Amino acid sequence: MSSDLHHLDISAASAGLRGGKFSSRELVKSCLNQIQKHNSGINAFLTLNEHALEEADQADINLPLGGIPMAIKDNFLTQGLRTTASSKVLDNYIPQYDSTVVEKLKKAGAIILGKTNMDAWAHGSSTETSDYGPTLNPWNTGHLPGGSSGGSAAAVRADMCTFAIGSETAGSIRQPAAWCGITGFKPTYGRISRYGVIAMASSTDSPGPLTKTAVDASTITSLLAGKDPSDATTIPGNYQKILPKNGKKLKIGVAVEYLLPQMKDEVKKLIREAAGVLLRLGMSVEDISLMDPNYSVGVYTIVQRSEVSSNLARYDGIRYGLDRSHFGEEAKRRIMLGTYTLSSGYYDQYYQKALKVRTMIIEDFNRAFRQVDLVIGATSPGPALKVGASRNQPMFGEMEDILVEPSSIAGLTGISVPCGFVDGLPIGLQIIGPQGGEESVFRVALEYQSAVDWHLARPSLT
Amino acid sequence: MPKTVKSSSPECDKLESMDVKHVANLANLPLSPEEESKFSVQFAQTLETISLINRLNTSETESTYQVTGLVNVTRPDELNPDKILSQKQALSNSPRIYNGFFVVPAVFS
Repeated sequence: MSSDLHHLDISAASAGLRGGKFSSRELVKSCLNQIQKHNSGINAFLTLNEHALEEADQADINLPLGGIPMAIKDNFLTQGLRTTASSKVLDNYIPQYDSTVVEKLKKAGAIILGKTNMDAWAHGSSTETSDYGPTLNPWNTGHLPGGSSGGSAAAVRADMCTFAIGSETAGSIRQPAAWCGITGFKPTYGRISRYGVIAMASSTDSPGPLTKTAVDASTITSLLAGKDPSDATTIPGNYQKILPKNGKKLKIGVAVEYLLPQMKDEVKKLIREAAGVLLRLGMSVEDISLMDPNYSVGVYTIVQRSEVSSNLARYDGIRYGLDRSHFGEEAKRRIMLGTYTLSSGYYDQYYQKALKVRTMIIEDFNRAFRQVDLVIGATSPGPALKVGASRNQPMFGEMEDILVEPSSIAGLTGISVPCGFVDGLPIGLQIIGPQGGEESVFRVALEYQSAVDWHLARPSLT
Repeated sequence: MPKTVKSSSPECDKLESMDVKHVANLANLPLSPEEESKFSVQFAQTLETISLINRLNTSETESTYQVTGLVNVTRPDELNPDKILSQKQALSNSPRIYNGFFVVPAVFS
């Protein structure tokens, strides 16, 4: 038992700690051993917290996450611990303060093991654009982990930590969770504070958990949610953990437009099977129609590039970091395209047009949520692609994230849970709810995971 | 991949021949000649793909800047001592400081 402590999810680890079965030091040590054995092959961690074991010795196990080892995506500021956003521009940056998410995790007693790899500045869906080399998929190291939170997803699936934190602008939590076979949750925009998260596209950036189970994702979300005076876009209202199972009968819509023509039949079959599981669990399931997700690709590309060009203007190498010659190719491409779409003469044609189509996407979801409570579909068009797939594909991320972009643009909440395998690689089922619909999303994810065991599958690491 | 629309507007061509250089200059980014030619081609492709949204009639549609509908969010104008950096902390990541100040590039020659 004690040699496999790194396999435990949050619920089991907390119960073990509080029941005196093992200490936080033993649990942390077990994860650190796993990192030592496998990080050179997977490249999930960029920086380790050298004080993790000492912190474990002082952990108060009665706190909600007391003594639980976890990993943080490298775009969350961690006081005194190097934070690079996987870009050489911030190669030597040591934050002077904690992001709100990190502050809350520390208050809850979590032990930070280190910082995880990502697409540089979160620009991508492969973790291949990291200036520190790609992270590889624990299921098959010839394949990508997805991104941009690829390091966090791989670290959780390789049992290097009990859970991890990621951030999503459009799919950056759900897509790597799908490709690595774990649970990834995106809250409603504004549910979790963005303060101290290195900004990408501020109108959609949403921090969230990557976990081994939906119960764990719900636990973390309830601890991180809430209004933050330091982030004016955080939304009021408390997030209650989970709706009771015996509540009202939920209506689930299968988005037929999300079963893309280019999608493998095996993926479509898994989504239909998952719908069948929900039906057997007593929910009603019907096909529904949503706006063609290809429109969201256009909107997202314009809005994201525009906001990136503005947000990344601050990096001048004067107050911190290195100068702008250190930006990688992807960042340059995105900054420039955004500069163009916001520039005089093109602003109306691109940026304004995209914001109007964004309204149409929101209205389309509002219509769908009058018909059903939640929408389901595949998280990604297929399983993890091979290493190198994103190279020289300037729209790679947009095409891989086509099924998660519409909900991100509309600020909705959603979760990806494992629902089977294709070619030996995991496939994710996404469950999308309206803004503020966290409770229903978690209820369905929890009930689904009580009926299947895809989320319990674990790769044999070599 | 979405079916791409042949754009009737000259914008794609404009960017292609235009000024990747000018945009790089606006964005304050140094580009190598290789990047310049590579990006011209890629930008033209990207703009063609995203032009799909022009198929939608948005003449009656308002823009959405903020998705959760928050307006005029304010807070008391009070200092939070826990969130203030000391001068030393604020300067701690700067490559060049002088007498407790950041050193910036000269604006006038």
